[in-house]
Amino acid sequence: MSSPLLAVSGLTRRYRGGDKTIAAVDDVSFHIEPGETLALAGPSGSGKSTIARLLLRLIEPDAGHIEFEGGDFLSLNGTALRARRARLQMVFQDPLAAFNPRASVARVIDDPLRIHGIASRKERPRRIAALLERVGLSADLAARAIHEVSGGQRQRIAIARAIATNPSLIVLDEAVSALDVSVRRQILQLLLDLQREERIAYLFISHDLGVISAIAHRVVILDAGRVAESGDARAVIGAPQSAIGKALVAAAPKLNRTSTQGPADRQ
Amino acid sequence: MSPLRRFLRTPEAIAGAIILVALFAMALAAPLFFPGDPQAIAGAALLPPFQDWSLPLGTDRLGRDVLAELFHGARTSLAVGLAAAAAALVVGAIVGTLAGFAGGLVDEVLMRVTDAFQTVPGFLLALAFVSVVGPSLGVVIAAIVLGAWTGPARVARAEVLSIRERDFVAGARVIGMHPLEIAFREVLPNALPPVLALSSVIVAAAILTEAALSFLGLGDPNRVTWGGMIAEGRAVLRTAPFLSIIPGVALVLTVLGVYLAGEGVVETTAVRRNLS
Amino acid sequence: MTALLSIRDLTVTYRRDGSEVAALKHVSLDVAAGERFAIIGESGSGKSTLALAIAGLLPQSTRIGGRIDWLGRDHAPLGGRDIGFVFQDPSASLDPVMAIGEQIAEVAHTHLGLTWSQSYAKAKSLLERVRLPEPDAALRAYPHQLSGGQKQRVAIAAAIAAGPKLLIADEATSALDTIVQAEIVALIRHLVAEDGMTLLFVSHDIALAAELAERIAVFRHGQLVELGATAQIIASPGDAYTRALLDAHLGLDAEPLLQQAGASG
Repeated sequence: MSSPLLAVSGLTRRYRGGDKTIAAVDDVSFHIEPGETLALAGPSGSGKSTIARLLLRLIEPDAGHIEFEGGDFLSLNGTALRARRARLQMVFQDPLAAFNPRASVARVIDDPLRIHGIASRKERPRRIAALLERVGLSADLAARAIHEVSGGQRQRIAIARAIATNPSLIVLDEAVSALDVSVRRQILQLLLDLQREERIAYLFISHDLGVISAIAHRVVILDAGRVAESGDARAVIGAPQSAIGKALVAAAPKLNRTSTQGPADRQ
Repeated sequence: MSPLRRFLRTPEAIAGAIILVALFAMALAAPLFFPGDPQAIAGAALLPPFQDWSLPLGTDRLGRDVLAELFHGARTSLAVGLAAAAAALVVGAIVGTLAGFAGGLVDEVLMRVTDAFQTVPGFLLALAFVSVVGPSLGVVIAAIVLGAWTGPARVARAEVLSIRERDFVAGARVIGMHPLEIAFREVLPNALPPVLALSSVIVAAAILTEAALSFLGLGDPNRVTWGGMIAEGRAVLRTAPFLSIIPGVALVLTVLGVYLAGEGVVETTAVRRNLS
Repeated sequence: MTALLSIRDLTVTYRRDGSEVAALKHVSLDVAAGERFAIIGESGSGKSTLALAIAGLLPQSTRIGGRIDWLGRDHAPLGGRDIGFVFQDPSASLDPVMAIGEQIAEVAHTHLGLTWSQSYAKAKSLLERVRLPEPDAALRAYPHQLSGGQKQRVAIAAAIAAGPKLLIADEATSALDTIVQAEIVALIRHLVAEDGMTLLFVSHDIALAAELAERIAVFRHGQLVELGATAQIIASPGDAYTRALLDAHLGLDAEPLLQQAGASG
């Protein structure tokens, strides 16, 4: 087997809270293979989003290594880091907050194409239209302002922006949590289609085990900044071993569609 | 409702707009109504107002037409006020954005420089600068900017500090955007509204500073200024007080008009923010 | 089953910048006293507008047609006393510069006519009822010192402080993670049973609502799509939209969307 796409080892990030330091991420290790979906699950405060920000170099770790596409990702700086970012993208939870409120749809997709020199100025409008169609949107949307399109459309635009630079890994930080259930399913389907066709790997961060069991290959369950357990997604969710894994499974709302019984304590 | 109609809903805004429109009309019409040199002698010296209808506001000690001087003075006041305010806002916004966005040592250095400028009274700074460099329109504008850019810089920095934590800035970094482009294309435009809200105060202060400099004889000697007119009238304050009162009233009205219109703009944008 | 409130032909129109948007169109339904009633819908369904209309919290400029009748009482219900309201974002409904004890005591003081010392005693017992750890310390704490789940517990304590007949929870658990959400739902269920309150549970999550409510009303684009007993709605939905909502739910036992062959492992 070749080396993994992403290998994280001993990742640690501490925060000063008053006079004591708290480890938001504490000695976390995991790896992602090309074309694979790894889910990070855990309650709020378990360090999921901090890991996302560490991977994207939005914040720096106190300890640990990140190896991405065979190179030391943490040693990159300046121009080299910015160029490398083309291969490692991110989609945020709130698609409205993730875009400049003054931007148009065309501009948010144009930016990565321009910055990474992917297409000439003349060619870019056609590329933008193609990317919009790629994520299931009409190319006419390009002229609209970001705040004029719906939440589901905005998240598709965020995905179009993320795939514009042909990345090998996209970090999805609660990317479907804010969406309506019907829209959520379509976005998940889109992500899976993209993965199948372009062999993109995902780091899928979510607190929703239902979504994770539907789309992830493997899962890492975090608790208080540490890895509680990890393994095949459906195996772990089907029979969790850690206390936090059991609590997450127990707390997930369950829809019993065959039973004629109502809520347990119905009078 | 259009922004203009919303703006014209408050009485302050209407009053301010009327004054400013009149002022701009005066400034633009000055070369039309009074084509010659306003500093040329037009008639007998010290003619009181409303005596000779060819010289409605009378003449000064040298027999120059006061109305012509008033019109041409409006040009200077507006030019200096607007240019100085625009320059102060641009400098302040750039310094504030760099300090707030870069943080660390850059922020420290830029903010200490801002402190230094802010601890010296702006007028003294302007006075010293003009005295050393010599009076001309450009120098007067630069002198006023020296004391006026610090306010916009602080407001811009505070705004940038909150904006740079937002997701869309992280998003810009993720796609590999250069930090300078993030600072000036993503962050700065979103930080501008509260900075621009300062503009009316800065324009008004700049007009007053220019008048004060001219009053002290440090204005551009080749231009008529209201401050210079007041200084001229001072020598004959007892016998011909109108020579000081007329430009003085013009100055007060102008500053008032700028303030009122500025308030109206702030009110209008505040309403729009509440709606969205 | 005695009805607590009856809604007939309710139409709510928001006016903004000269244009009008109908948020609810000709809605009629009854809520029985003591039942747990869920209002389900996606964004733009009008579910929150219905909750606000029932609580009398719609903005002044809103145009309201139709009737909301409260049965078995001679006066219009008063928000805070007769209706407790829990919002999605507890940080927005709690005053950031007022101690938690004071915020709850104020409700008891205003609506129950208790003295301040009685009100504080009531606040403490309410914090115990919503199972906030260390209620004595919590009385003096400020909202920013609490976690999201703890803040929502405080918001619930304030909502039930005056002993309302009706508790409205508008997406009260949507901002919380799954574990805390389950705890808050259990707490609401427990409090409603103990006090004999009627519960109006507004949510986008049909599975969550099904665990809590006895009856479910499904809304879409401002209209009531379907109304029925939970078991019947879940097992045999009559409307295609309800079925689509149920199908869209991704439970732990749902069919994987993923083709395992896609993995490179």
